[in-house]
Amino acid sequence: MKYLDEYRDEKIARALAQEIRERVTRPWVLMEICGGQTHTIMRYGIDELLPREVELVHGPGCPVCVTPLEMIDKALELAARTDLTLVSYGDMLRVPGSSSDLFHAKANGSDVRVVYSPLEALKIARANPNRKVVFLAIGFETTAPPNAMAVWQAHREGLQNFSVLVSHVLVPPAMQVLLAAPDNRVQGFIAPGHVCTVMGYRQYEEMVQQFRVPIVVGGFEPVDLLEAILMLVRQLEEGHAIMENQYVRSVTREGNLPAQQIVEAVFEVCDQKWRGIGTIPQSGLRLRPEFSAHDAEKIFGMAEIKVEEPTECISAQVLKGLKKPPDCPVFANGCTPESPLGAPMVSAEGACAAYYRYRRHKVLQERACNV
Amino acid sequence: MSSQATSLNSLSCPVPLPAVERVLLGHGSGGRLSADLLHRFFLPAFQNPVLSRLDDQAIVKVNGECLAFTTDSFVVKPLFFPGGDIGSLAVHGTVNDLAMGGARPLYLSAAFILEEGLPFETLRRVVESFRDAAAAAQVEVVTGDTKVVEKGSCDGMFINTSGIGSVQPGLHLSADLARPGDRILLSGPIGDHGIAILAMREGLEFENPVRSDSAPLHTLVAEMLKTSEGIRCMRDPTRGGLSSSLNEIAARSGVGMTLEERSIPIREEVRGACEMLGLDPLYIANEGKLVAIVEPGAAEPLLAAMRRHPLGREAQIIGTVTAKEFGPVIMRTTLGTTRIVDMLAADQLPRIC
Repeated sequence: MKYLDEYRDEKIARALAQEIRERVTRPWVLMEICGGQTHTIMRYGIDELLPREVELVHGPGCPVCVTPLEMIDKALELAARTDLTLVSYGDMLRVPGSSSDLFHAKANGSDVRVVYSPLEALKIARANPNRKVVFLAIGFETTAPPNAMAVWQAHREGLQNFSVLVSHVLVPPAMQVLLAAPDNRVQGFIAPGHVCTVMGYRQYEEMVQQFRVPIVVGGFEPVDLLEAILMLVRQLEEGHAIMENQYVRSVTREGNLPAQQIVEAVFEVCDQKWRGIGTIPQSGLRLRPEFSAHDAEKIFGMAEIKVEEPTECISAQVLKGLKKPPDCPVFANGCTPESPLGAPMVSAEGACAAYYRYRRHKVLQERACNV
Repeated sequence: MSSQATSLNSLSCPVPLPAVERVLLGHGSGGRLSADLLHRFFLPAFQNPVLSRLDDQAIVKVNGECLAFTTDSFVVKPLFFPGGDIGSLAVHGTVNDLAMGGARPLYLSAAFILEEGLPFETLRRVVESFRDAAAAAQVEVVTGDTKVVEKGSCDGMFINTSGIGSVQPGLHLSADLARPGDRILLSGPIGDHGIAILAMREGLEFENPVRSDSAPLHTLVAEMLKTSEGIRCMRDPTRGGLSSSLNEIAARSGVGMTLEERSIPIREEVRGACEMLGLDPLYIANEGKLVAIVEPGAAEPLLAAMRRHPLGREAQIIGTVTAKEFGPVIMRTTLGTTRIVDMLAADQLPRIC
C-alpha cells in the first residue's frame, strides 16, 4: 500500500538501524512525545533494532491517558442524566474515573454514543432537538480543530441543545516542563507528527534555542521513527541542537493555517491539569466566553471536583521519562489494561499499555532471568 | 467500605459478589470479557465433559454414531451487507461450526425473532437468502420457530440456528491437541467480513468495496480431511478474529505459537480501512475463513489441497506451534522483531489519534 509499505520496509529499516549503530559512540536518552509513536515502537519492536546506547523513553502524548480523573467523573455525572446524550471518541469509554467508566454507565441505561468525528455529535443534536447532547471534547492539538469546528457550527446554527465538555491539552508546555525539571534525562525529542501537521513546528524552534536540545518532527511508521532517531543521534554526536523535520510528507513549518484559525477563534489557552503529572500552566484550551452557551460545565453548573490518584502507581515518572513501564513493581502484576492503576495503562496508546500489549513477553522473560 | 456494607457481606451469601454487576457490550466481543462470562455463569451451571472441551461444536455419541451439534445466534446490523445478509450468514455460521469439528453438516433449525413493524419484503428477502444458502450447502432446514417482539425490543430481526452433522468414526479434532512443532494454516485473507460491516455502518467508501467473506467451509474441510490425517484442530475465526481463535487454542493446549506477520494475508482495502479506523485486522471478524493446526509433515500437502479449493486459493502457512512461553502467541514482525498477539480484552475501540 502506497505511503505505508515503503515506511515498513525491512531492508530500509535495517539499513537505518545499522547507520544508527555506526554513528553512536555514547549513551543518549531520546523521547518520543506522541502515544501513536510509542505504539509503533512497541508494535514493531523498534527498540530491539537499536544499539544499547540509544535509550527511548516515552512521553506524555496519550490524550486519553492524561485526561484528569475529574473530567471522567464529570462526564459520568452528565451521562447519568436521563435528558442527556453523551457523545465521545471510542477509547474514552474504557477510561476509569474515580468510581466507574462510561461503558458501565451505558450498561446502566445512560445514553452514551461513540463517534469518529464531533460533527457526528452535531448531527445527533440536530436530530434530537428535545435532548441535550454533550460531546466530550478531549485531545491534543490534533483533535482541537474538529472539536472547535463543531462548536463553531453549533453556534452559527443556534443549536442550543449542543455543548462540549472540554479537556484539551497542548504539547509544547508539557515539553517545557520536562526540559526545565532538574531531574530531566531527555537529550533529544521526536516531536509529534500529527500535532505538527496542524500547528507547524515554529513553537518547537523556540525550545531548541532555549534548552539547546535537538528536536526532530517524526512520523508514525517504523522507518519514520528510525530515520528521526538517526537524525537526532547525528545531531547529538556532532554536538548540534537544531530543529529538523523528518515527516516532510505531512508537516510544514507553518502547519495548517485554517485549522489553527478555527482553534484560535473558539478556544483560549488556560492552565490545565494532566493526569499523572499535575497542573501545567498555559497547557490547555477552554472555550472563549462568547461560546459559553455551548460550554457543558457552565450550562450544567458542574462543581469543581478533586480526586486523588492511586499512590502505588509510578505514572508521573513514566510520563516524564524518568522510568519505564517495566520498572514499575505493579506492571502486569496488579496493573493491567483491564484494571489500570494509572494513566499510561488506561488507553492503548499509553506507554504502559503499549508495553503490556506488545512487549510483555520480553519483560516477563527478563524478570524470570533476574529472579 | 462502610461498616454497614461489611456487615451485609458477612451474612455469608453463597454467591460471590461479582466485580462487574451488569452485562457490557464488550461481553459479546468474543474476547477476554466473553470468556469471563462463560466461566462465571455458564460453565459452572452446565458442567459436563462435552461442554468443557469448549470447541465450536459438541461431538456426542448417539447409538454408537458420532454426531456434531452446535447453535449460534445472529444479530448483525445492517441486515443486508455486501457479500451477504443475516439469512445466508445464519446458515454459514452454523455450517462452519459443524465443519470445524470435521463433521458433514446435515440438518439445521431456524428460529426467527422479528420486530413489530418489519416489512414483509425484508423478511421475504432474508428467508429466500436463507433457503438458497442452505440449498447450496446441501443442508436441510427441518425445524423452526418464530416470535414477534414489540417495536424497539430487537433490531429488525434476530436469527438463531442450530445444526447437526455426522462425524466419521475415529476422527477427533479438538483445541487441546496442538503440539510444539505443529504448523498453523490459514485459508485466506482476514478481516473482510468485519470491515464490510463496519464500512457500511460508518459510511466508508472504497474504490473496490470490501465484501463479506461469508461462505460455507464444509467442502473445503472435506477436501482437507481426504488429504491428510494430520489435522489436530480447526477454528473459524469469527468474532474476536484470528488472534482470539489462536489464543484460545494455545491456552487449551498449553502451548505457545509464533506467527509470521508477512505471511498473514490481508486485502489492501481491509488494511486501508484498519489503518484509517485505528483497528488491528487480527481482531476483526471473518465468516468464511478457517485456521487449522496440523502435524508438521501434513502442512505442505494440506496447503496444496486448500489452494485447489475455491475458498482456500489464498491459503498460507502462517506460523508454528511452540512450547509454552511468556505470552502464548508471539508474532515475528515484518522487521524481524517480535511482539505479543494478545487476546482481545473487549471490543476494539477506535483510537483518538
